[in-house]
Amino acid sequence: MQSYDLAANGLRGLNSQLHALKAQGNMTAWEVVNPRGAHAIAAGVDVPVEITVRGSTGYYCAGMNKQATIRVAGSAGPGVAENMMSGTVIVEGDASQYAGATGRGGLLVIKGNASSRCGISMKGIEIVVHGSVGHMSAFMAQSGALVVCGDAGEALGDSLYEARLYVRGSVTSLGADCIEKEMRSEHLEQLAALLERGQCDPTIRPQDFRRYGSARRLYTFNIDNAGEY
Amino acid sequence: MCGIVGLFLKDPGLQPDLGAMLSDMLITMTDRGPDSAGIAIYGGSQPGRVRITVQSATPDTDFDGLGNALGEAIGTPVAITQKSTHAVIDLPADKAEQARASLPRLRPSLRIMSRGETLEIYKEVGLPRDVASRFDLRKMGGTHGIGHTRMATESAVTTLGAHPFSTGADQCLVHNGSLSNHNSWRRRLAHEGVFTETENDTEVGAAYLTWKMREGATLGEALQASLTDLDGFFTFVVGTRDGFGVVRDPIACKPAVMAETAHYVAFGSEYRALVGLPGIDTARVWEPEPATVYFWNH
Repeated sequence: MQSYDLAANGLRGLNSQLHALKAQGNMTAWEVVNPRGAHAIAAGVDVPVEITVRGSTGYYCAGMNKQATIRVAGSAGPGVAENMMSGTVIVEGDASQYAGATGRGGLLVIKGNASSRCGISMKGIEIVVHGSVGHMSAFMAQSGALVVCGDAGEALGDSLYEARLYVRGSVTSLGADCIEKEMRSEHLEQLAALLERGQCDPTIRPQDFRRYGSARRLYTFNIDNAGEY
Repeated sequence: MCGIVGLFLKDPGLQPDLGAMLSDMLITMTDRGPDSAGIAIYGGSQPGRVRITVQSATPDTDFDGLGNALGEAIGTPVAITQKSTHAVIDLPADKAEQARASLPRLRPSLRIMSRGETLEIYKEVGLPRDVASRFDLRKMGGTHGIGHTRMATESAVTTLGAHPFSTGADQCLVHNGSLSNHNSWRRRLAHEGVFTETENDTEVGAAYLTWKMREGATLGEALQASLTDLDGFFTFVVGTRDGFGVVRDPIACKPAVMAETAHYVAFGSEYRALVGLPGIDTARVWEPEPATVYFWNH
């Protein structure tokens, strides 16, 4: 286990060591201590290593992650796992605004609550939130899946493309062109797999969720709607 | 950007450390805004006395003989403590209005930063570290305080454009964001007799709350009303003589984190600002909800 004291040795030292790792190297387990809310911790990692951050992080922790498994043993600031490509990011506490924004792949698990704009413009990432999400979550979400075991705030899925949204609790309001959709067997299967991979309480059942998606009235240009643009 | 911090002490044992704690929080936020910095501190009060904090770009000439001149003008001696470009004038409460009227005549280039029984405001162009040491803020004690480090967007980088803003006795406000309807509110508030001195949007936010509280609203009610009346992006942290409040606009783009223990309530633009506080590892830490008013009173 490589242990790195961020307060003593600085962010660049950590990220440059992580960026220099080779795929077949032997330093596969890392621990970052004293993060003290620093920005961009373990951003841009591109090797299959395991990194645990012991404490709470600031902006953009695990941003652009590829392959790595990054665990935040605390809460995460804005933009955790932003633009993740692959790998796994697990936040033990809460996540601030726009968690998983624009993510193209991989799995983001938030064991507490996520605040506003969770999964905004997601493009293939899978996000599992054990608690609730704030307003404007999955805004303009293009593909991937967002699972919310608690409630969703205002304007869920506004201007949504093809991402799948699963919410167990209440939804304050749906955004433009987002509608509830039928939960078919393939959705229940996808959801069951995500709940398991997302380390959710095994008593949470896929059939207790509702599915939301795009009505597809907004994102294809229609000449009859020209006055609306 | 901009960085804002606030600290409301519940434990009187921490009061001597307020200035040091708040200065450290603000210095941590330096990279959110390097243009100017300021701190408002609610210190102790003396019965029947008020203090006026004034600022001058030419302190050597403006503060020279000011105590005697003002004492003569209002018919009672006053005490003046100068700190760099600022000075705190201590005087009997019943002479406060007379002193406010006399100051512009005696020293036309002086600016009043704050007035009240306990509030003092220190702000200048420059980095938080330099502003804190210039005014010896670390040595100041008090019950609560707020601070700001600025990245200017809506008005020039000047001392008067720095935060905190005070538009009423023992009231002050810091702001992260930008208001878009401040010009119409500036005119309307002037019509109501609440005047602003700068082109700054935040000063209008402060004046709005002053007006609401003058009309009988509590701090909580004034903050609630701001959600309807003020347009733009804002996270506000507000102080009154015995109160401390926080509100974010409904979109809530501007970041905010709060922490509470049995000893204090703290606010930071980022969690980084809070990590040095005692007991932070076991504090309740949360992100204030959009369009939700939070306030505490002593």
